[in-house]
Amino acid sequence: MENFNYHRPATVAAAVAALKKSKDGKFLAGGHTLIPTMKQGLAAPKDVVDLTAIKGFSGIKVSKTAVTIKAGTTHQEVATSKEIKKAIPALAEMAGKIGGVHVRHRGTIGGSIANNDPAADYPSACMGLGATIETNKRKIEADKFFTGMFETALKKDEVITAVHFPIPKKASHQKFPNPASRYAMVGVFLSQNAKGQVRVGVTGAAPCVFRAKDIEAALAKEFSAKAAAGTKVAAKGLLSDMHASADYRAHLISVLAGRAVAAA
Amino acid sequence: MPSITIKLNGKAVSGEVEGRTLLVEFIRDHRGLTGTHVGCDTSQCGACVVHVNGKAVKSCTTLAAACDGAEVTTVEGLAKGTELHPMQAAFKEHHGLQCGFCTPGMIMAAIDIVKRNGKNVSEEVIRRELSGNICRCTGYHNIVKAVQAGAQNM
Amino acid sequence: MSQSATGVGASVRRKEDLRFITGKGQYTDDINLKDQAYAYFLRSPHAHAKIKSINTAKAAKMPGVAGIFTGQDIADSKLGGLICGWMIHSKDGSAMKAGPHPVLAQGKVRYVGDHVAVIIADTKEQAKAAAAAVQVSYEDLPHVVDASKAMKSKAQIHDVAPDNRVFNWGLGNEESTAAAFKNAAHVTTLNIVNNRLIPNAMEPRAAIGAYDSGTEGYTLYTTSQNPHVARLVISAFHGLAPEHKLRVIAPDVGGGFGSKIFIYAEEVVCVWASKHVGRPVKWTAERTESFLSDAHGRDHHTKAELAVDANGKITGLRVHTIASMGAYLSTFASCVPTYLYATLLSGQYNIPNVYAEVDAVYTNTSPVDAYRGAGRPEATYVVERLVETAARELKLDPAEFRRKNFVTQFPHQTPVIMTYDAGDYGAALDKALQINDYKNFAARKAESAKHGKLRGIGFSAYIEACGIAPSAAVGSLGAGVGLWESAEVRVNPVGSVEILTGSHSHGQGHETTFAQLVSEKLGVDINNVSIVHGDTDKVQFGMGTYGSRSGAVGMHALSKALDRVEAKAKKVAAHCMEASENDIEFKNGTFTVKGTDKKMAFGEVALQAYIAHKPGFEPGLKESAFHDPANFVFPAGVHICEVEVDPETGHTEVAAYTCVDDFGNLINPMIVEGQVQGGIAQGIGQALLEGCSYDDDSGQLLTGSYMDYAMPRARNMPAVENFKLGFTCTPCPTNPMGMKGCGEAGAIGSPPAVINAITNAIGVREIAMPATPLTVWQAMQASGAKKAAE
Repeated sequence: MENFNYHRPATVAAAVAALKKSKDGKFLAGGHTLIPTMKQGLAAPKDVVDLTAIKGFSGIKVSKTAVTIKAGTTHQEVATSKEIKKAIPALAEMAGKIGGVHVRHRGTIGGSIANNDPAADYPSACMGLGATIETNKRKIEADKFFTGMFETALKKDEVITAVHFPIPKKASHQKFPNPASRYAMVGVFLSQNAKGQVRVGVTGAAPCVFRAKDIEAALAKEFSAKAAAGTKVAAKGLLSDMHASADYRAHLISVLAGRAVAAA
Repeated sequence: MPSITIKLNGKAVSGEVEGRTLLVEFIRDHRGLTGTHVGCDTSQCGACVVHVNGKAVKSCTTLAAACDGAEVTTVEGLAKGTELHPMQAAFKEHHGLQCGFCTPGMIMAAIDIVKRNGKNVSEEVIRRELSGNICRCTGYHNIVKAVQAGAQNM
Repeated sequence: MSQSATGVGASVRRKEDLRFITGKGQYTDDINLKDQAYAYFLRSPHAHAKIKSINTAKAAKMPGVAGIFTGQDIADSKLGGLICGWMIHSKDGSAMKAGPHPVLAQGKVRYVGDHVAVIIADTKEQAKAAAAAVQVSYEDLPHVVDASKAMKSKAQIHDVAPDNRVFNWGLGNEESTAAAFKNAAHVTTLNIVNNRLIPNAMEPRAAIGAYDSGTEGYTLYTTSQNPHVARLVISAFHGLAPEHKLRVIAPDVGGGFGSKIFIYAEEVVCVWASKHVGRPVKWTAERTESFLSDAHGRDHHTKAELAVDANGKITGLRVHTIASMGAYLSTFASCVPTYLYATLLSGQYNIPNVYAEVDAVYTNTSPVDAYRGAGRPEATYVVERLVETAARELKLDPAEFRRKNFVTQFPHQTPVIMTYDAGDYGAALDKALQINDYKNFAARKAESAKHGKLRGIGFSAYIEACGIAPSAAVGSLGAGVGLWESAEVRVNPVGSVEILTGSHSHGQGHETTFAQLVSEKLGVDINNVSIVHGDTDKVQFGMGTYGSRSGAVGMHALSKALDRVEAKAKKVAAHCMEASENDIEFKNGTFTVKGTDKKMAFGEVALQAYIAHKPGFEPGLKESAFHDPANFVFPAGVHICEVEVDPETGHTEVAAYTCVDDFGNLINPMIVEGQVQGGIAQGIGQALLEGCSYDDDSGQLLTGSYMDYAMPRARNMPAVENFKLGFTCTPCPTNPMGMKGCGEAGAIGSPPAVINAITNAIGVREIAMPATPLTVWQAMQASGAKKAAE
């Protein structure tokens, strides 16, 4: 890969300053997407600003109503967190299904969300739980954060600092991995809150994570596996490739949503 | 060029690296420890797995500069003199390797699995947690057996 | 077989393991030569294009660049092209149409990944950066990547083959087979695609070429399964240097599976360029390059038919196969879809009439050559899919239908060249049925149904021909080289033994198994035996390792050389013990004189061979042998696969797997089992996961990394307790060990067992490999729709 200047700031402010100073800079928050992308020559930033040495950048806090995960927290920390397993077990389970364990040891929630890979798992949890993404500048609702394929509402000098997940009444994550990459071919993160509101976040199926509104509506009427599995999802707009046709992905969304309700 | 110091297999080593230098390049090219291998360029195969601060990571997807100050253990750092690490011994005893190319990564991954899951780690967990290590020779059968046996002796 | 802990038949732990488990293996990329430069190959981004111009001026000025070479430089230096070493003649008598295969493209590129130029620089990064600055102007040409469309395509890949057909070849009796079909009570027809695979040894290919101006000699370190063959080809066909001025070293090699048999452009270019840049030149493939440029495997498109009479006896089998050769003929490409394929189409069955016709075609894809099994998995897939399907159509038990048609008398001459020498197919079937607990399958199926899963069972009764090969026989069929093997035994004065073998170990464990044979025959401690291989300066000529030949052929050569050592040692012992040579007996490492209590240990005799200064006595204890096998060897066995299919998603798990093999006598059962397990993993990979895919429209490789090419992982294999192996034994009559090859059988036998299980589970007749969740789901949708329509 092309060479770059490596920065390892100790504060968010210094990180933002380093990025602002660069003509073509990138944040690195674990690097398990960025580094392979750079190796393939698909990205060649002049400056790489590593966020993982920032003090106080990782950690988990659980209140009565929400789980807050700081941006530099690794997937493995989330997967094995006793507090998260108690508050939102589906979230810990989801983190435990990302990549392999070697990847989970370095990949971070902030990196995953900021990258918004169409097949990444965290975006579905954010959508499925109605998370709020906090940056050095503001708080953004998940529904407004994921704007397109590898695109988010983040400004260039904006750094995710934490993600807040409201604790639902019940939730489940179901993942059908791509047989080659093990990324989600379809992943469904479903939750129901204390008011009975249902959210269904879907990843892997479309260019960007989305909420399966038809299934949510069906489940609002009747929260049952049958209602979820029986709701046909339109294939239009879904991804189609050699591993899965759009029809198949649509079918899997219903199947996994049904399983999520059963498991929640 | 950043200058880094890493405690590599228990010994402090320093060196100048480029920003882009990967940990595996530092280990293999700068330090001449060629037991850690590179089998792919998409972070899938696990031939490059080493321990950084006690955790298994893919050294092909880790910048050397990001490991400044870290403790790194490679397959060369496992045996105590002529005494093999129990996991190394188990791979031999249970024929958990054939061509040997994936083996260092497998052994490093296996030790990490046992550290986190305990001596009695189940076959199901071993298979799941080896998802980031590809072997083309063994069909994994004897690797799974080796990991279970090695776990008992760790 | 001995009862010795380290002799033949013992599961001796591997001697080579210590260096691998401690990180001390020495693979090609682990070797660094002083002042070495790095090569990067600029590859074609087009499937088929004319090279209008190449401008290297800008790149040549980039930092660190030591040299840039193109096809023109290769032509100017008269470096020969890559060859295909097996001549096939078409039915009309014409020779196969081999297009030129220069080591750097000349005038045209023919597949995505074709090597266009090499850039050599001080560092890898500099070479790669300079490659990006090489300007190549291409003019796109029509392309074809699908073998089944190649002969009708407007793409013309080589001038010598206007219809892209390399040959149209036939084997067997066309008329008698046609008559069998005419008279058949039942005919089963299947259209079968044997999916294209990418070998994916975990060690990517690598090479270091070094020229020594003092000796005017070259050294090539390379990831090869057969360094002597590489030296021969680079010397005799590329014309780089005579053989005594070219040393080829294949050090530790991280898996081959066939893909490292072949002579590749990159290694030839590295060793050639080392003289031009005056420095060693090193190249290591990135995995993406492996996907693009390693020889691929399989890619057969076949119409297959089976004729059965009213008594349930198979009377005929007929295939027409279109086999992709890729864009060029690789080293052994032409023998794979011909003599390694059609000769096995009789399977384990007594089939009086077999006819095969094969069209080998060029496509704009990476060359296709031998991959684990090479032709025999394709044959087994055809036969075992046909037999299983026929049994189902005839409402016969698939196991009993097979048994009814098994060959039971040996030797057995098939209608397609092979003479099966020994076997007991019924015994393997019985054992497999028993291990699998076949009679209780219904109960397991019901149990799976309780969990919402569809369980299916599938059989495969494979036979293969390996121990490649009797030289005269294969020579008469077009092989350009003899396929014998050599061995040399050096006994040192201290009694330790060095074996030099032309076989090459890249995972097979020769350092252990060959030493076991020495331990068995000479009574020497296995730790006092070392095996030397993989270096043409050390080892006498040898043919290398492929086609499951190292045991049956390589160890046979070793056995002969050991016999000669024993004979010589007897002379020494006779001399020392003042006895007649005829009275010397040798057993368990001790020489005795018949009828006396005189004895000498092997080590003592070895020492005396060097220090007994007696007139009329030739000192030393070193013997060698070449061995040319009398026949192929014929491993055979039965695979039974049980799958569970998730009817909602199409996801398939291998729930249980049984495999019973007859490999004759086993040298090291632990290693044999490892070979079978690994082979089955590749077969399960082919059946469920792996499929190389090129885009029809662009000709681009779609499965160019592990992100898209699905490799078998630990979870894709059955649980330890559900993966059961068994063995039967009919010793092979043509080698003194009584052994048959075991390296490829797992990959040969398994794909049809898995597919037969899936079709059984979901109640369809055909399903394509790899049977991915998508494919299985689509098959269920189609059959469900059909049922609803009926």
